[in-house]
Amino acid sequence: MSDLPGRPSRRGFLKGSAAGAALAAVAVSAQAQTKEELPPLEQYKPSYFTPEEFAFIMAACDRLIPADGDGPGALETRVPVFIDRQLEGDFGKAADWYMEGPFQPDADPLLGYQSPLTPAQVYRAAIPVFEQWCQDQHGKGFADLDAQTQDAALSALEKGNVPLKPELRDFFAFILQNTKEGYFADPMYGGNHGMKAWTYVGFPGARGAYTEWVSRFNETYPLSAVDIAGERA
Amino acid sequence: MARTDPKKDVVIIGLGWTGAILGMEMAKEGLEVLALERGEDRDTIPDFQYPGVIDELKYAIRYGFMQKPRNSTLTIRHGVNDTALPYRHLGSFLPGNGVGGAGIHWNGQTWRTQPAELRLKSYVEENFGADIIPEDMQIQDWGVTYEELEPYYDRFEKLLGISGKAGNLNGEIQEGGNPFEGPRSNEYPNPPLANTYDSELFAEAARKKGLHPFPRPAANASRAYTNEYDMQLGPCNYCGFCERFGCLNYSKASPQTCVLGALKRMPNFSYKTKAEVLKIEKAADGKTAKGVTYFDDNTGEEVFQPADLVLVCAYSLHNVHLLLLSEIGQPYDPATGEGVVGRNYCYQMTGGTSLYFKDKKFNPFIGTGAEGMSIDDYSISQIDFAKEGFIGGSYITGGHTGGRPIGQLSTPPGTPKWGKGWKEAAGAWYNHKMSIGSHGSNMSYRDCYLDLDPTYKDTHGRPLMRMTFNWKPNDIKMTQFMKGKIEDVAASMNPDQMASGYKKEGSQYDTTVYQSTHNVGGAVMGTDPKTSVINRYLQSWDCHNVFVMGASAFPQNTQYNPTGPLGALAYWAVDALRNDYLKNPRPLM
Repeated sequence: MSDLPGRPSRRGFLKGSAAGAALAAVAVSAQAQTKEELPPLEQYKPSYFTPEEFAFIMAACDRLIPADGDGPGALETRVPVFIDRQLEGDFGKAADWYMEGPFQPDADPLLGYQSPLTPAQVYRAAIPVFEQWCQDQHGKGFADLDAQTQDAALSALEKGNVPLKPELRDFFAFILQNTKEGYFADPMYGGNHGMKAWTYVGFPGARGAYTEWVSRFNETYPLSAVDIAGERA
Repeated sequence: MARTDPKKDVVIIGLGWTGAILGMEMAKEGLEVLALERGEDRDTIPDFQYPGVIDELKYAIRYGFMQKPRNSTLTIRHGVNDTALPYRHLGSFLPGNGVGGAGIHWNGQTWRTQPAELRLKSYVEENFGADIIPEDMQIQDWGVTYEELEPYYDRFEKLLGISGKAGNLNGEIQEGGNPFEGPRSNEYPNPPLANTYDSELFAEAARKKGLHPFPRPAANASRAYTNEYDMQLGPCNYCGFCERFGCLNYSKASPQTCVLGALKRMPNFSYKTKAEVLKIEKAADGKTAKGVTYFDDNTGEEVFQPADLVLVCAYSLHNVHLLLLSEIGQPYDPATGEGVVGRNYCYQMTGGTSLYFKDKKFNPFIGTGAEGMSIDDYSISQIDFAKEGFIGGSYITGGHTGGRPIGQLSTPPGTPKWGKGWKEAAGAWYNHKMSIGSHGSNMSYRDCYLDLDPTYKDTHGRPLMRMTFNWKPNDIKMTQFMKGKIEDVAASMNPDQMASGYKKEGSQYDTTVYQSTHNVGGAVMGTDPKTSVINRYLQSWDCHNVFVMGASAFPQNTQYNPTGPLGALAYWAVDALRNDYLKNPRPLM
């Protein structure tokens, strides 16, 4: 895919400027990072999750955005890596949230998150409860169920039919939201590997300049996605 | 022990839009001005520069530029008999933080109020009779008229380099502009932005219905522009990362791009960041303030900053919180209806319809914050309230701000939320959806208000503010009326599928879903100290050297975005300060 004729590409422009030097440095380090991560997902060493938890996350992501049908799945785009890193970071720690008591976790959901637990703690506490529920209902842990039964189990979790304490009631919402975030966030966060999710839906990523394209109605935008590190899909 | 710093002529609380404007204008008077900003310093370089700022996760999803509830939040409840709970993470509204405030991450939709809105109570009574005002509704006149504010709207629009098309120039209706706006003394400083495909389709359909589409007034510059402070804007490149982001292109008007570069060069102006004002200190006479106490996070100590003039320029909610904590003005009590601080908190009533077209490619990633074609045919001045059974109105827009895939991708009704069905719909429809939205008024009510929470405290040990708010039948009727009008236009466009989202009978306020950061009222302006916190010059009735800027002054919310009127009011107050108060400090009313 080539850039627009007669117009220097943003990357080309930046290469010739002081900003280009900074960007190039970012790009190099990001490439180096990507290369280190390239071992298959199964060999990824999670920084937050235990191996058991990570096996569940892998299996759940594989159903929330499965490989079959059009478009890449959550495993191909390395979404579980994204979730692991998010839980290890500020999001997992609720670093920005107001976490002073008293807590009323069973409050009207319209009043928002009221659990005393951080998102990372919710995952940690809820996964075993859900795994036990799968054992009780189906005689196997979640990862060992067939796809159809996994979908039914996730639906039960989504609908609140898996008994979870009110402190954990946002568990499914977290997994689903974090999975979609990992699918579509910039690849530097570990998911959206190769910008495959952006390419699939047609989002050009961090191109950030469309002046010539505003008035070209109903046409296909021709350029591939770029990420913040300057890589092209 | 609190440190005491040398006295300043003026102390400004909060360095967003109004703080920057007041800072500049007071500095031009030769006064020693200090602005205290509780958040971080921010500027285009390094904070908004390409490519780091084009990060949806960091800024739009994790709210990188917003207030951190850990540092500052409030509690919320639906009714006076409920227990309020903390707004623990952001959802329904996103207050800004740091230098520039919400002025860095807004979309730039910059409207003027209609003349009728500024004297809403009188307008309703004169045209429909006082009887149509519901018993618990507390609407009132602002105490300033459109004619009085017009020059200040004009100045503010020129400061921001607004792109738009006048619809009423000195009383003469202009083709292509908004025929229902108040008379303007001048055309917009910049021509309208180019339309995206969805805006164009909506405008075409609206015209066919006999409606009057016009370009939404935008603080996204349509061409290179220089303002009165010699600050320069560059033409917007439709990057699609406007709301929730700082502008990478010097195109979106913000305190940084329009004021601060010039203000920082004024030798008699200075500012401190990480300096959170804890209290406005009253003088012994009880009729003035002697300065403010703030927490200096750089040194970890409390500082008393004496000043002759205290300008409260924080976000509307924080203005009210600070007045309550400082015991300036009597707190409002909904049981007796007495008191004023916290009274008439209002929100914004919004709704929208999504249209899905298999054969149309919208390229939604091409967008900017305020681009769009709007109609004002169902605005406050155009609706027969007696006939329709509600008081209020909305403007309606076809357009979009961007196509960020985590937050802005939507799939048609009936799509599963996850699994193969979701994935395939996401791919099939990302490029094929547009929407038409309504942005409407919210009236003030006896039991919608702000006070101090009895339980929860902030990091400084101060009580959090408590919001009591819920939707009322009047405003729900209004938005349902808009639903009917929008769906009529939408259906005429023959989409393959349509989905509507509007509040309906019984809808409760949902704090978890983003709706609008247009929290207004609580320190309202007026001409009667029994129903207002500040007079028509934004001067405190209680302490005459305290002036309170911002949308906390609105007695009820308008149908438009609040930045236009709050900017105009800032310049209106500047003139009162410059031409009257500074020469003879006293209550101006």
